[in-house]
Amino acid sequence: MSPEMLALLLKSFWETCYMVLASTILATLIGVPLGVILTVTRKNHILPNAPVNSVLGAIVNATRSTPFIILMVAIIPLTRLLVGSSIGTTASIVPLTISAAPFIARIIESSLLEIDHGVIEAAQAMGASPMQIIRKVLLPEALHSIVLGITLAVIALIGYSAMAGTLGGGGLGDLAIRYGYQRFQMDVMLITVVVLIVMVQSIQSLGDYFSKKLNKNKL
Amino acid sequence: MIDLRNVEKTYYSNAGDIHALKKTNLHINAGEIFGIIGLSGAGKSTLIRCINMLEVPTGGQVFVDGQELTAMNNQELRKARQNIGMIFQHFNLLASRTVYDNIAFPLEIQGISQSEIKKRVQPLLELVQLQDRGDYYPSQLSGGQKQRVGIARALASDPKVLLCDEATSALDPQTTKSILDLLKDINKRLNLTIVMITHQMEVVKEVCDRVAVIENGEIIEEGSMIDVFTDPQKPTTKDFVKSINNIELPALLQSSSISAVYTEGSKLIVRLSFIGNSAGDPIVSGMVKKFDVDINIIYGNIDSLKDIPFGTLVIEISGSAAGIKNALQYLHEQQLKVEVIGYVS
Repeated sequence: MSPEMLALLLKSFWETCYMVLASTILATLIGVPLGVILTVTRKNHILPNAPVNSVLGAIVNATRSTPFIILMVAIIPLTRLLVGSSIGTTASIVPLTISAAPFIARIIESSLLEIDHGVIEAAQAMGASPMQIIRKVLLPEALHSIVLGITLAVIALIGYSAMAGTLGGGGLGDLAIRYGYQRFQMDVMLITVVVLIVMVQSIQSLGDYFSKKLNKNKL
Repeated sequence: MIDLRNVEKTYYSNAGDIHALKKTNLHINAGEIFGIIGLSGAGKSTLIRCINMLEVPTGGQVFVDGQELTAMNNQELRKARQNIGMIFQHFNLLASRTVYDNIAFPLEIQGISQSEIKKRVQPLLELVQLQDRGDYYPSQLSGGQKQRVGIARALASDPKVLLCDEATSALDPQTTKSILDLLKDINKRLNLTIVMITHQMEVVKEVCDRVAVIENGEIIEEGSMIDVFTDPQKPTTKDFVKSINNIELPALLQSSSISAVYTEGSKLIVRLSFIGNSAGDPIVSGMVKKFDVDINIIYGNIDSLKDIPFGTLVIEISGSAAGIKNALQYLHEQQLKVEVIGYVS
């Protein structure tokens, strides 16, 4: 493999990292509060509110059921508004975030719902406010499971980022398509796939490690 | 200390309304240990949750320490709840926090400074004998230790009332005993009012001053523990008492013909129950000497009700007609409860 090729591979690798990292952070910032609201507004939870719950739930479901490739094209006007361009690595962060945020919201929701109702009841009996219950009971108690969920989201985002790459986003997916597929450079294709596999494996291991560290249920 | 006035709780649903609690009136005095006993589904869980408004009653008023909880807004209610500790069957500790941090939790909620929290948590750890377990996580503790943490946590904010929701139901008998001893101890030491719901008569017998029996959302019997225990009125109450104090007659006696009237040569069977001091008096031997009758002990048991001795004796008295009559008369004059079962030949 030529030095030029290697440089290109490295550049693509960083582009992927950048896209995935930025969109994970942004999607988490949106997804966590959204997931908390989806949980606490449920019937029999701490702040039951059926209208809020069903409207948010519908939005989340709509976003999640739109295939990423279609979502990406559909929100081009929004991307242009936010980033100033609809092409490029930074531009692809917008659709990636928008597709990952509802995914993370649902992950947060299912993690929070795992918490035994008795623990919430105990906090209520002590006079904790809903905000205190969210901050001091729900999120800390679910943290180990949230970490696993976000790991899942990061891995999904790596996959999506490859798709975003084909629409001018750069990154490893773009490299594999342009050189490996269109120019029949099998070695490039192979290396890209290997790099992606290693990335996914490492992220999963890291997620497992931290989740295990945080889980005090089985010591 | 606690006053429930016409408290009701109805769950409305399309499938039909469920009256979990019918108009209930209950008064619990300061400093007493009050037991609420009932089978599962009787409404005891709803009742105890109405006291701290975890279940908002659909009717009636709840007063705790002179304050009407049913008239409060959310914020006032949260403040009032800090005066009412609660422990649970499944402990409900925060798994992600250490023992120390679990006990500190209610204080954190109240916005108390870390240095003040430290001063208050240490003595609590000692009170529940977990001073060397502060850094452990709940999953590293036994059930009894977890409940001790629960108790320490409930006491952290210096409550006036402690609600116990089946607090010993998930524990083995020995651990139950030690938790009950701890509750008795803090009741005396802190003059804490304790309300406990349970389905275990042993628990009531061990610690309660007064008891209410609940069935189908209604309090069917209420009184001092000793009265309810020694003289239960309602069938459910009798069942509870029987569950630990087997005063059923042996099957042999039940099957043989017991007649209500004396016939020549038949023997009298009576059940004697005695509480407290009279348990030590030689009543039966006195009777034998005085009236020239013979006795045969069929069943005997001595038990304690919150440290007061309580005995049951079933005896068969034989002798002359006059002797039996006089002996019975004599027994009725003593400080004990006499129940004539009948005559057998």
